[in-house]
Amino acid sequence: MTGLVIVAIIVLLAIILVQLGRLSEVSAVIRGEENVAARQNNRTAIFMLVFLVVFLVYCIASAWMYKDRMLGYGPHSAASAHGGELDSIFNITLFFTGIVFVITHIALFWFSYKYKEDKNRVAYFFPHSLKLEIYWTVIPAIVMAFLVIRGLITWNNVMADVDPEEDYIEIEATGYQFGWDIRYPGADGKLGTKNYKLIKPGINSLGQDWNDEKNHDDFMIGDNIVLPVGKKVRVRITAKDVLHNFYLPHFRVKMDAIPGLPTHFQFTPVKTTEEYRQQLKGYPEWEMPADPEDPEGPKRWETFDFELACAELCGIGHWSMRKRVTIVSEEEYNDWFAQQQSYYMNSIRNTDEDPFKGQLLSIEAANRSRELKSEWQSAMDAESLSTIRLKNVFFDNNAATLKDDSKYELDEIARLLRANTNVKVEFGGHTDSNGDENYNMDLSERRATAVVNYLSAKGVNTSSMSSKGYGELNPVEDNATEEGRAANRRTELKIISK
Amino acid sequence: MGHHEVDPNDSVAVMIEETGYDDHFHDHHHGDKYQSSFIGHYIFSMDHKIIARQFLITGIFWAIIGAAMSIVFRLQLGFPEADLTWLRPFLGKWIVVNDGIGTLSQEFYYALVTMHGTILVFFVLTAGLSGTFSNLLIPLQLGARDMASPFLNMLSYWFFFLAGAVMFYSLFLSTGPFSGGWTGYPPLSALPQASSGSGTGMTLWLLSLTLFVVSVLLGGINYITTVLNLRTKGMSMWRMPLPIWAFFVTAVLGLLSFPVLASGFFMLIFDRSLGTSFFLNEIFIEGQALDRVGGSPVLYQHLFWFLGHPEVYIIILPAMGIVSEVLSVHARKPIFGYTAMVLSILAIGFLSFIVWAHHMFMSGVNPWLSNFFVVFTLIIAVPSAVKVFNWITTLYGGNIRFNSAMLFSIGFVSMFISGGLTGIFLGNSAIDIQMHDTYFVVAHFHIVMGIAAFFGMFSGVYHWFPKMFGRFMNETLGRIHFWGTLIGAYAIFWPMHYLGMAGVPRRYYSFEAFDAFKHFGPMNQFITIAAIIVFGLQLLFVINFFYSIFKGRRMKTKNPWGANTLEWTTPIDAGHGNWPGKIPVVHRWAYDYGKDGKEFIPQVQPMEEGEVAGDHH
Repeated sequence: MTGLVIVAIIVLLAIILVQLGRLSEVSAVIRGEENVAARQNNRTAIFMLVFLVVFLVYCIASAWMYKDRMLGYGPHSAASAHGGELDSIFNITLFFTGIVFVITHIALFWFSYKYKEDKNRVAYFFPHSLKLEIYWTVIPAIVMAFLVIRGLITWNNVMADVDPEEDYIEIEATGYQFGWDIRYPGADGKLGTKNYKLIKPGINSLGQDWNDEKNHDDFMIGDNIVLPVGKKVRVRITAKDVLHNFYLPHFRVKMDAIPGLPTHFQFTPVKTTEEYRQQLKGYPEWEMPADPEDPEGPKRWETFDFELACAELCGIGHWSMRKRVTIVSEEEYNDWFAQQQSYYMNSIRNTDEDPFKGQLLSIEAANRSRELKSEWQSAMDAESLSTIRLKNVFFDNNAATLKDDSKYELDEIARLLRANTNVKVEFGGHTDSNGDENYNMDLSERRATAVVNYLSAKGVNTSSMSSKGYGELNPVEDNATEEGRAANRRTELKIISK
Repeated sequence: MGHHEVDPNDSVAVMIEETGYDDHFHDHHHGDKYQSSFIGHYIFSMDHKIIARQFLITGIFWAIIGAAMSIVFRLQLGFPEADLTWLRPFLGKWIVVNDGIGTLSQEFYYALVTMHGTILVFFVLTAGLSGTFSNLLIPLQLGARDMASPFLNMLSYWFFFLAGAVMFYSLFLSTGPFSGGWTGYPPLSALPQASSGSGTGMTLWLLSLTLFVVSVLLGGINYITTVLNLRTKGMSMWRMPLPIWAFFVTAVLGLLSFPVLASGFFMLIFDRSLGTSFFLNEIFIEGQALDRVGGSPVLYQHLFWFLGHPEVYIIILPAMGIVSEVLSVHARKPIFGYTAMVLSILAIGFLSFIVWAHHMFMSGVNPWLSNFFVVFTLIIAVPSAVKVFNWITTLYGGNIRFNSAMLFSIGFVSMFISGGLTGIFLGNSAIDIQMHDTYFVVAHFHIVMGIAAFFGMFSGVYHWFPKMFGRFMNETLGRIHFWGTLIGAYAIFWPMHYLGMAGVPRRYYSFEAFDAFKHFGPMNQFITIAAIIVFGLQLLFVINFFYSIFKGRRMKTKNPWGANTLEWTTPIDAGHGNWPGKIPVVHRWAYDYGKDGKEFIPQVQPMEEGEVAGDHH
C-alpha cells in the first residue's frame, strides 16, 4: 500500500513538473520570449554565484565535520612508521589541489556570472594566448614533478623488501573464502614450506609440508594477530582460492593476496593498542558506549582494536573477513609468543599425517641429548648412586631388536662411558604386565643384553657394563592404561660405582 | 541533381548552392530504397542520424536499468535494516525474507554492483555517449553524406543491441548474473565454484562483452575512415570542430585497446571451458586442489587495464569534445586555444596507453615497475589542466546564454576539476597504498568519468536535440534537471571522499563486521537519499526527452543556436544524405564567434577580402 502511495506521489510530481514546464513555455510566448529568456538568464547567473558559495562552504564544513574520523586529522594518526609519511604526502597533495580547486571554481562560476548574456555587447574575440598557455602548462608540470618525486622516494622506501641481515619478524597471511589463516614461524623464526596439494581442510589447512622441519614449530593463531611495537614485521601474503587483499587500515598496509604468487608487505608498528586507545579517549564519538544497548558498558575507545580487512572483491563474504590486530610491548609479545603451541606438535605429531610417526625428530634427539648430559652430570655429582631412564631406547614389538631411533640416545651414552672409564653401570630391562611373567623376564633380559652389545660395538669396555632383566616386577606407572604400560616398558641405566 | 528548390531567403542554403561541391548526389525523395519501408527506415537503418538515435535511446534504456540497480544496492548500504519486501515483485528470491523483514541477498548485492559498473561503463558511457554523438556529428560536421560504410555502421548498432540482449537475459538466470566486479578478475571469474554468478552468468557476460567489442570495432573503424577520407572540401584536419577530434581519437583508442581486452576474454573463456591455465595457479577451492598451475591472475589484470585505462578516456574524450563545442557556441566566443585543445586530446590519447598499471599498484606487480606508471600517470594531469584552463578562459569575456546545454557543460567543467584533482592523489602510488579500493576511488571515478561524462552527454543531448528531432527539449525541466543533478551528484559523491580517507573499502555488502567502518550510518543514509532524488531527476529528463520528441517546441529555423558548424546548414528534416543538393564547402575554422564585430560566421562563409583567419591554419 505504502509502495502504491509512493508511486502515485512520484507520478503526480512528474506530471506537475511537466505541466510546469509546458506552462513556462506558453507563458514565455505570451510575455515575449526574448524578455523571459533574458530574465531567466540573469536569474541563472545569480544561481551560479549562490552555488559557488554554498558549494565551497559545503566542502569545507563537511570536511571539518568528519575530520576526526579521517587519516591523521583527528585521533586517527597512522599506527605504523611509514604511515605518517604517506599521510603527509596526502596532505601536501591536498594543499596544492585544494588551491587549484578553489581558484578554478571561483573562476568558473564567477566568469559565468560576470559574462552572462548582454544583448548590447559582443563577446570578446580571444582565440588563444601563447603566453597564458605556456604558464598553465609549465606550472602544473612543475607541481606534478614535485609531487611525483616526493611520492616515489617514499614509495620505493616503503615497498623495499627487508634486508635479510635486519632484525624482523616474518608472519604469513593466507586469504581464503572468507577468512584469513595467520601463521607464525615459531622459535626458529622461519616459516616452513607449503604446497597447495597437501591442503586437508581441518587437518592441514595451509598445506604445510611436514617433512620440512621448519614447519614443526610454526603455529597459527585464532582471531587476534599479536605483534610487538617498534619491530619490523614482514607479512608474507598468499591466497588459497581467489584474489584477496591484506588490508590494515590503521597501519596503511595493503597488498593483494594471490593464489600461487606470494606477495609481501613490511611495516613497523609504532603504537601499542593501549597507546592508541589513549589517543582516542576524550573525543566525543569515542566516549560513546561501545554497545548502544548497554549505556553503562565500556566506552568505544576502551574496546578499540586494530583490524585486518579484505580489500579485493573475493565473493559474497568479502565484507566479513575480519581479524583483530593487537600491538603490545616487546616483553608482552615474548610472553605471549612463549605460550603458543606448535600446530605440528599439538595436532599432527604421531598421527597418520606425520611422516615422522614413531620416529624421533632430530630436534627431539638433540633436546634429549642435552637432557641426558645434564642427567648424567647430576648423577655424577650426587652423593648416592642414581638411575637414569633411557627415554629414547626402543625395541621392535615382542623382540630384543633395537629400533634405529635408539642410536641417538645410545651413541650419547657410549660417548659418556668412553669418557668416564672409572664408572661402572648396569642396564636394566623392564616390561609391562601383558603376557606371561617368565616370558617377560626373559624378554627384558635379552633387551638389556642387546643394549650392552650395541654399546660394546661402539667401543665401550664390556667390563664396565652389566645387564639384568627385571621383567614386569618394577612398574613405575599403572599397567591398566596404555600410557602406563608404555612408561613401564623401559630401559634403565643404573650407576653401580663411580 | 538540382531537383530541390532553394529558399532565396535562406542565405546559407543559397551560399551552399553557389559555392558548394556538386558530388552528383541524387535527391532521394522519390524511391530511396533505404527509406521505403518502416523497417528499413527506423530499424535496420543505414542512415547515421537514425543509428545515432538508436544508440541514444538504447543507452537511455540501459542507463535507467543501471541507475535503478545502484538505488537498490544503495538502499542496502544506507538502510541495511530496512524492510525491502516491497521489492520482491521485481527481484523475487533475491530479496530474502526473514521474520517478515526482506533483505537484499549478498549474491544479488554483488551482482548488482557488477552489473551497474558493466552497464554504465560499456553500454551507457561508451555506446550511449560515443555511439550517439560520433554517429550524429562526424558526417554532419565534416560535410559528409554518411559514414564511409553505412552497412558496417548498422552492424555496429546491432552487435551492440545483441550484446545488450545477452546481458539482459543474464539478469534473469536462476544463479544470477555475473557478480565478480565489472573488471572480472580471475580466479573469481574463472571458477564457477568460487561464486554463483561465475557460472552461466559469467559465460553470458563474456559473450555479451565480446559482441560489444565487435560493435566498438565496427563503429570505430568507420569513424576513423570517415574522418580521414570524407571531409568536405576545405575541411582540413585543423579546421575540424573539437568534437570530431575527440571522436576521432576515441575511435583510435578503441580500435587499439578493445582487441587486447578481447584477447584477455578469450584466454578467460579457455580457462573456464577448455582447462587451460592462463590465469590460474595453485588453487584450492571447495575442498579440492585444482590441477591448474603456471598461470598468473595478474596477467589478466594487465590485459584488462590495457583496455580499461584507455576506456576511461574513450568515455571522457567525447564528453570533452561536446563540452568544448557547447561552451564556445553558447558563450558566443571561440574556444580558447584550439591548437592546445587538439594537442592535449592527442597527448591524453597517447598517454592513456602507458598508464594502465596504475590500477595495479597494490596487485603484486613489481614495485619498481610502478615508478614509470606513476610518472606517466601524473603527466596526464598537465594536458588535462590545460583543457580546464582553456574552458574557463573560453567563458572569460563571453556573452553567455544559460540554457540547459550550456549549464551542463559548465557543470562538466566543475565535475572534471573535482574528480580530476583526486586523480592526482590516486596516481601517486605512495598515497594509493591507503586509498586503493576504498570509497575515495569510488568518489574519484564516479565524479570524473561517471558524472562528468553524463554531464557531457546531457549537454550534447540538449544542444543537438533540435538536430535529432526537429524540436526543443523543455528548458524549465532542463534547468530543474541540471541544478538538481549538480547538487545531488556532489551530495552523493563528495562525502565518499571522507569514507575513503577513513579507510572504508568499496564493494562491502555491510560495514557491520568492522568497528572501523560501521560508524558512518548517517552519512550512508544521506548518500542513499541523495541518490534516490538524483535518480528521480533523471527520470524527469527521460520524460522530458520522450515528451519533447513528440510535443516539444518546434524548431523553426535551421540554426537556432547561431552556430558555425555544418550540421546546422542541413534542412530541419534532413533525409539520408543530409544535404538535398550540393554539399557545403568549408572556408574557415569552426570558431569565428564575435570576430570582427559579427556574432558568428558559419564555416561555409567564404573569407572576405583582407580578412585574417581566426585560427592560424
